[in-house]
Amino acid sequence: MKAQIRLRNTLLTLVTYLIAAAFLFPLVWMFMAAFKTEAQAFATPPVFIFTPTLENFEKAMGSYFPALRNSLIAAVGSTVLAFILGLPAAFALAVYPTRRAQNVLTWMLSTKFMPAVGVIVPLFLIYRNLDLLDTLPGLILMYTTMNLPLVVWMMHSYMTEIPYAIYEAAKVDGATVAQEFFGIALPLSTPGMAATALLCLIFAWNEVFFALNLTSSDAAPLSVFIGEFKTSQGLFWAQLSAAATLVVLPVLIFGWVAQRQLVRGLSFGAVK
Amino acid sequence: MTAAATPHATAAPRRGFRLTPAALIWPALLYLILTTQVPFFMTVYYSFFRYNLAIPGARPFIGLDNYKNLLTDPQNLTILWNTVVLAGGTLILTLIIGAALALLLNRDFPGRALLRTLLISSFLVMPVVTAVVWKNMLLNPAFGFFSWVLTSLGLPPVDFLAQYPMASVIAMITWEWTPFAMLILLTGLQSLPDDQIEAARLDGASPWQEFRFVVLPHWTQAIQVVVLMETIALLQVYGEIYGSTSGGPGLATTNLPYFIYQKAFAEYNIGLASAAGVITVVLTNVLAAYMLRLLTRTSRSE
Repeated sequence: MKAQIRLRNTLLTLVTYLIAAAFLFPLVWMFMAAFKTEAQAFATPPVFIFTPTLENFEKAMGSYFPALRNSLIAAVGSTVLAFILGLPAAFALAVYPTRRAQNVLTWMLSTKFMPAVGVIVPLFLIYRNLDLLDTLPGLILMYTTMNLPLVVWMMHSYMTEIPYAIYEAAKVDGATVAQEFFGIALPLSTPGMAATALLCLIFAWNEVFFALNLTSSDAAPLSVFIGEFKTSQGLFWAQLSAAATLVVLPVLIFGWVAQRQLVRGLSFGAVK
Repeated sequence: MTAAATPHATAAPRRGFRLTPAALIWPALLYLILTTQVPFFMTVYYSFFRYNLAIPGARPFIGLDNYKNLLTDPQNLTILWNTVVLAGGTLILTLIIGAALALLLNRDFPGRALLRTLLISSFLVMPVVTAVVWKNMLLNPAFGFFSWVLTSLGLPPVDFLAQYPMASVIAMITWEWTPFAMLILLTGLQSLPDDQIEAARLDGASPWQEFRFVVLPHWTQAIQVVVLMETIALLQVYGEIYGSTSGGPGLATTNLPYFIYQKAFAEYNIGLASAAGVITVVLTNVLAAYMLRLLTRTSRSE
């Protein structure tokens, strides 16, 4: 009986490893191709053992850096702006949880139901008139819209966990709202802020719809850069893989580190 | 969440703040109104006009003709159907595979933490990267990895994206979204108290009964979160299609977002694209609101 259970457990573990391997395969394949020569990348039967080369990375770098810079500025800029707007709101909604506050929260979440395609046409026309097309501020404005509800919801959920007695004590000492916000709410929710920022960065980094429709060359971030690779250099698999590796790696590392916080952010705190 | 919040509600009015909560909330609120509600109402407005950027000057009001055109042209009905099939098919697959993975990872075995961490990878990959890697390196009929697997098994190579375009796209997006389902469902499982399982076992419950009457009821909330979030996200799938099939062959993988992109930015047909945008928003909101109601109902009853 016991041996049977052990056998069953070993088998289940094996199955888990097999499924995991299948899921990881496309990425592993991409990483491997990044270090192959073009001929090796195309070879049938596929080459599994080869001498790695950095040549592809060197080639991909040239066009990579401007796009990298744009992606970084857009991601960081929109995260900062979403924090500036979202933190006070999250604080107020957490410390004054009236019925209306609940409605405001729900409404903010509902803006996430708004598909980008529902707003892209007027936005494109507005941007064209305001000369915001193909500019980083233009991109940052939309990424902020995307991340703002996330910041409010996540930070609201972290800030409601701060014991109310702490605010009460501060109040007795005559603290103002600003002091409560900067002195209590923010310092005590730093881990939450880190997790939220990471998620915002990942989402902005990976976004493609706004990037593609609101930028063309000057402000084009990495998602557009890779998208263009598909058409112009689609036949250079090794080089494409190198570029894709450079694009994906930072997000992967961030995500692996923050995987626990990921759940909270992705489910808007509904599952903990 | 609400339980912790109630004591604040009674205490709040007594505090004489100069900086009102409204002043803290309005900047965020205003920003979202300006960037989501205002453009959306403009989209609704444009949808009543024959408005093409390639034909400047003329912008006649045509009432509901754009909608009529969208909802009666069989071609466009295909696109609506594609949108639903893509989202629904992916949702079902990610739920099944995600649930299986969550159950498998909810056991104690060596390397579990590492595996859990590695398994979220495909969710973090940029959709466009997913698309180009799958299209070129995996699904390519001549040099792709899958075709090599098929031919080495003695089967003919398959041009996946040409022969089974929708299935291929669903497979790709399922690969991307399964980690999300897995992650949320695993967290849901881990919040199940051990004593509940033990009590069920002491009462002599079979593994199936244990799953059906203890695990599953506890799991509903996590499942609903997955369904809600994925419904919203999957109706908006764009980057994957842009990077792999460009909506083709023909209209086989064109969904509403991709259709709108084509109408607005390739044909400059602002009126029609706007009407399709409104339909997407309505579809998303109807489905999401329905899911959200289910969600709040169960979390309240718990």
